[in-house]
Amino acid sequence: MSRKNKKTVSEAAVNTYVPSAEDFVLDVNRDITTDRNFASQGFWKGVCTRFFKNTRAVIGLVIIVLIIIFALIGPSLNQYGYSDIVSVYDEETGKEITARSMPPHIPALHKLFTGEDYDDLFAEHTFIFGTDSLGRDLWTRVWYGARVSLLIAFVTIFIDMIVGMSFGLISGFFGGVTDSFMQRFVEIANSIPRLVIVGVLATFMTKGIGLVIVALLLTEWIGMSKIARAEMLKIKNMEYIMASRTLGAKSGRIIFKDVLPNTIGPIITQMMFSIPTAIFTEAFLSFVGVGIMLPQCSVGSLIEDGFNNITTLPYQILPPILVLAFLMLAFNFVGDGLREALAPRIEDM
Amino acid sequence: MAKYIFKRIIMAIVTLFIITFLLFMLVRIMPGNPFPSERMSAEAIEKKRAEMGLDKPILVQFGDYIANIVSTGSFGKGSSLYNGAPIATVLPKAMGNSFKIGGIAICFGVFIGLVLGIAAALNRGKFWDVFCTVLSIIGVCIPSYVFMIFLQYFFAYKLPVFPFYFNNRQFFVSSIMPALSLSLFSMSTVARFTRNEMVEVMDSDYVLLAESKGMYGTKLVTRHILRNALIPIVTVIAPLIVDLLTGALVVEKIYGINGIGKLMVDAITGEGIDYNYVLALGILYSTLYIGIMLLLDIVYCLLDPRIRVTEKKGKRRREAEKKEAPAAA
Repeated sequence: MSRKNKKTVSEAAVNTYVPSAEDFVLDVNRDITTDRNFASQGFWKGVCTRFFKNTRAVIGLVIIVLIIIFALIGPSLNQYGYSDIVSVYDEETGKEITARSMPPHIPALHKLFTGEDYDDLFAEHTFIFGTDSLGRDLWTRVWYGARVSLLIAFVTIFIDMIVGMSFGLISGFFGGVTDSFMQRFVEIANSIPRLVIVGVLATFMTKGIGLVIVALLLTEWIGMSKIARAEMLKIKNMEYIMASRTLGAKSGRIIFKDVLPNTIGPIITQMMFSIPTAIFTEAFLSFVGVGIMLPQCSVGSLIEDGFNNITTLPYQILPPILVLAFLMLAFNFVGDGLREALAPRIEDM
Repeated sequence: MAKYIFKRIIMAIVTLFIITFLLFMLVRIMPGNPFPSERMSAEAIEKKRAEMGLDKPILVQFGDYIANIVSTGSFGKGSSLYNGAPIATVLPKAMGNSFKIGGIAICFGVFIGLVLGIAAALNRGKFWDVFCTVLSIIGVCIPSYVFMIFLQYFFAYKLPVFPFYFNNRQFFVSSIMPALSLSLFSMSTVARFTRNEMVEVMDSDYVLLAESKGMYGTKLVTRHILRNALIPIVTVIAPLIVDLLTGALVVEKIYGINGIGKLMVDAITGEGIDYNYVLALGILYSTLYIGIMLLLDIVYCLLDPRIRVTEKKGKRRREAEKKEAPAAA
């Protein structure tokens, strides 16, 4: 305003006005007021705010972080390896005694509550979750198994991101013959049950974690590719894509630089929901004996061990079951929270 | 409509054929020798191979295999390598057991799920609603076999109400637990979905109109709300039934049922892999899977008049365009 006034004044003064340094100072703080009530914020900042307001999502995140921490440091908190059979030399009888099927055995807590030390052979050993029927420490094995589940989670992210997303985006972008060919492929891939794939793979692969990963690789990308394709179809006819093309952008650039960032919400949500499915698949395959092989262990194979002794030693099954249930719960909570945070509906705001 | 269903059926058959072909090729190309014994002479092996049809080209073998399935309905006359039992006698028995449990589980899942969902929607914010929400969280987050193990531990071991293992003599009592644990996931999903659909329909304008015209109670719920709320639920039931197939594997292990899931696990993990069984079960699973998908697609199409209407509109528009096209030319 004031500048305009000055200008008219200067014109009125018939070109004799000499500009002073004051004319070049910004007007920012004089007339313009900043709207602080409805301040604009970046997309990710908004997502974070909404996400951290959601109690369930935060609880889920905390659980995941805790499990990751324990999976990383848990096995090294004591002196046992995941396949070590703990045994003690008994001087009275002169025999080696293995710590088979010990209930939870924590000298420090025992002393705290009863005021005396254990007087058995394993007085100096700590088995927080007890030992299994071969005498291996369950604490170490459970966290080692959690590592396998987390590995599966990361593999799923990789599969979803690399295979599923690219497949869906490319199929949606090119349309026409390419699209219908790729969609027929999806339809066929989608109608082979995962179990059959595992069965056929087992005929020529050694059973183990590799088999589970290949089976996931062959099946897990389908859901993501459908989501990515739908998003691509929604976006590809928008004007900014046409502008980009007019400026000479190649298909690759349009797909991965122009469209991809705008589809990230649904893609992240879908990814978070496919993680618990994948973790469950691994645990379930290991449970029936197709997944991980001895002496390695995963949560699923630990549950199977515990299940075999459930009537006599029911405490053995609890730790792996709790870890698995909490992992699935946490990933579902975080997925729900992210869905709401990434695509807020108007009534939620 | 008929055209759509026809197209869908053809598509399903083609898909099934491709899958069968892939499975057959994969299993036959595998390295390995069906006659590992070194005591057999070369002529004996040759004779045996000719007897089993392994000396023909692989495509001819495939043709024979398909022809055999189509004409006799059984997966090969050869007995499997696994315990020597012929597939033709083992498979039907196993299928019978699995289908019984699966059928009960589907009924449990769908009916209890529906009732819970309706109760939750009608008592929004009250006990049943909370119960339904908790159940759906449990159902989604806790792996079904964890739930099964707990059920078995508490209700068969600690508190012996039900038998520990499934047996055909006490069919009804011993099938309750496996079916219930198998259906937990579908039950919770159906309940949550029904509740959300019901709530959406109850808030719509035409229900308000029906209410303001004096309709209330059961008549309102069954005639106006349920009819529309139920249609989308068909879409969730399809993947759930398919999930039951997978879940059956664990249930059969835990409750000791001789079903197709157990056969599959045995075929994979038993001593040496049993190619004939893997192939037969793979085809069986794929057929079931595709068949269920197809059936529910058709049911959905029949239930929802809107699909038919839009198709008719599309047809009319196409016809109109055709009429216009020559005029423009």
